[in-house]
Amino acid sequence: MLRYASRPLSSLKKTQARWFAAAATQSPDGIQQGVAFSQLLKRTPEEAFRTPELVGMSAMNSETKKMNLFQAVNDAMAIALATDDTAVVFGEDVAFGGVFRATSGLVEKFGRERVFNTPLTEQGIAGFAVGMASVGHTAIAEIQFADYIFPAFDQIVNEAAKYRYRSGNQFNVGGMTIRSPCSAVGHGGQYHSQSPEAFFAHCPGVKVVTPRSPIQAKGLLLASIRDRNPVVFFEPKILYRAAVEEVPVEDYELPLGKAEVLKKGTDVTVVGYGSQMYVLENAIQLAEKKMPGLSCELIDLRTILPWDAETVIESVNKTGRLVVAHEAPKTSGVGAEVAATVLENCFLRLEAPIQRVCGWDTPFPLVYEKFYMPSMIRCFDAIKTAVNY
Amino acid sequence: MDQVLFDAQRHGRISFYMTHYGEEALIGVAAALKNKDVIHGQYREAYALLYRGFTVRNFMDQCFSNVNDLGKARSMPIHYGSAEKNFQTISSPLATQIPQAAGSAYALKMQGSGDRCSVCFFGEGAASEGDFHAGLNMAATLKCPVIFVCRNNGYAISTPASEQYKGDGIASRGVGYGMDTIRVDGNDVWAMYNATKAARQIATKENKPVLIEAMTYRIGHHSTSDDSSKYRDRKEVEDRAQFDNPITRLRRYLETQQWWSKEQEDAYRAETKKQIMADFKQAEALQKPSLKHMFTDVYDELTPALVQQQDELHRLIKEYPEYYQLDEFEK
Repeated sequence: MLRYASRPLSSLKKTQARWFAAAATQSPDGIQQGVAFSQLLKRTPEEAFRTPELVGMSAMNSETKKMNLFQAVNDAMAIALATDDTAVVFGEDVAFGGVFRATSGLVEKFGRERVFNTPLTEQGIAGFAVGMASVGHTAIAEIQFADYIFPAFDQIVNEAAKYRYRSGNQFNVGGMTIRSPCSAVGHGGQYHSQSPEAFFAHCPGVKVVTPRSPIQAKGLLLASIRDRNPVVFFEPKILYRAAVEEVPVEDYELPLGKAEVLKKGTDVTVVGYGSQMYVLENAIQLAEKKMPGLSCELIDLRTILPWDAETVIESVNKTGRLVVAHEAPKTSGVGAEVAATVLENCFLRLEAPIQRVCGWDTPFPLVYEKFYMPSMIRCFDAIKTAVNY
Repeated sequence: MDQVLFDAQRHGRISFYMTHYGEEALIGVAAALKNKDVIHGQYREAYALLYRGFTVRNFMDQCFSNVNDLGKARSMPIHYGSAEKNFQTISSPLATQIPQAAGSAYALKMQGSGDRCSVCFFGEGAASEGDFHAGLNMAATLKCPVIFVCRNNGYAISTPASEQYKGDGIASRGVGYGMDTIRVDGNDVWAMYNATKAARQIATKENKPVLIEAMTYRIGHHSTSDDSSKYRDRKEVEDRAQFDNPITRLRRYLETQQWWSKEQEDAYRAETKKQIMADFKQAEALQKPSLKHMFTDVYDELTPALVQQQDELHRLIKEYPEYYQLDEFEK
């Protein structure tokens, strides 16, 4: 298996930096695109605690620290290890800090017995996590890229997901979490870009979670680690360094199975998750600029399975229109599930066909990435189509 | 028990069964363990549960999928499991339990008692799966106190060992993973006991995995869905059953020690048969568990989607009662 991580880290940093620089350029319409300009990120402590789910915390401890997404993930694991003696972190190359630095410093703090490298075997890593969790321990396993989770598919789908059910609740592997970097990164080609969440969304018994930002990553990862069900946690790797927020230093959890309404609106509901949220933010900015008076509602699903249908249905019943977007291919993607559920529940309220903006039904291509992606302009076009129908 | 349940399947009273004929001496493995050791099985290891006090009735309840099945009637017959007996629930996918056993062993090591290990059973066919490689390599590199017990019975369903591997069985691979390894006469209960006892010592005291390859022979069909005369000579089976039978070998030993006699044998057989038939009738007479158990335990709690789907099923049952027979299910 070819590993992009085998390249020197310095070259990785350089190429990513170039990509982010390119992403931060202005569009012809004056929309400042990219994570760097996002209003979704909380750049001051006050903003961080304005999040409804964190309001209660600010009274107790309002300290925050500037973190990017990999640092927030690292912070969550450090807290998990400190608060649970049975917790361990393992995977390929995690001991020296991980190829994305998500586990850096953990060996020094918690020792080699609790933070360790495994042989290069994804099915082994997942099976090992199932085994540890089956006797009540907390296993936080890393699959180096979501593209390489498929060798572990059997252990996740046939074993982890069914462990509690098949044993009549005598055993469970709720203590297991698999973290994995996912989605496009600018130059990842076929095997460093995939978004495999829909494969797992078809599997009763696992939870599938993906954060959009450092605050979200810390709270959702801690919740995933402590949730009494096996969780697959996909981290959009393009955000590891690009997304920076003031993250509460305290131990906190964000709820699984709950979507978050990021922007209220009345005319069209726009749904996504992960790094796609920033593209959707830009598409909404463009749409509201080009169509004065238009009001879009933006929803981050956060949990893909079990997903928060109620919040989306409530929104579409209000707006009458739905655009759902993700990087993964369109056919049988998460968007299909969202669209079908909304159709079942909002049939009489819908005023336009549901728009799905997704990756094309091709493998993820290298030089054609810009054309493959559900970009701002594609999402804008879908909003326009829904509104003008 | 094997005979009664095999026949029960033939009469259509249970849906499926797998016998242990020829591999009974592996009970010696269970005898060399402590009850706190965690067992991960494949599917032909009922002897390990039996040794730990799982009753014939417990087995029957599982095979009949009745209200007393600890697995709540969700899995096929012979997929036993018992938290009380430290026996992880059996699953059909082969070899998945091998890296899991490495993981549970690592957890036991972390608990620090120095006197607990995991034990993992699998057949020589399952050892061809990728999870065998993953599990043994992980156990070795991560120093997991686990005993791997391979039942090399010569066949994986119809595939003879000669089509399963070209090397010197499974044992030769253990050496390649840097693992203490031994090959044992799997029809000799004392050899199995001694090898496991020594392996347990190495695993728990030195935090190292051990591989035991038990050479035996699958006397029975692979399962009730298999007719093994289609791919192997009946005479070969009869010869092995007659001339190298683990139960006969143990009985002869007991008789030479004057610990057992023909009279005791006959009385034991009669009494056991009577008891098993009584268990069988009781297990068969019980209801299936309540229908609600179809939806529970997917997650720790019902999700909104599952609640909705459960409601939908109840509506259908109410609207079309003639198409849904609920009499055999507990309310």
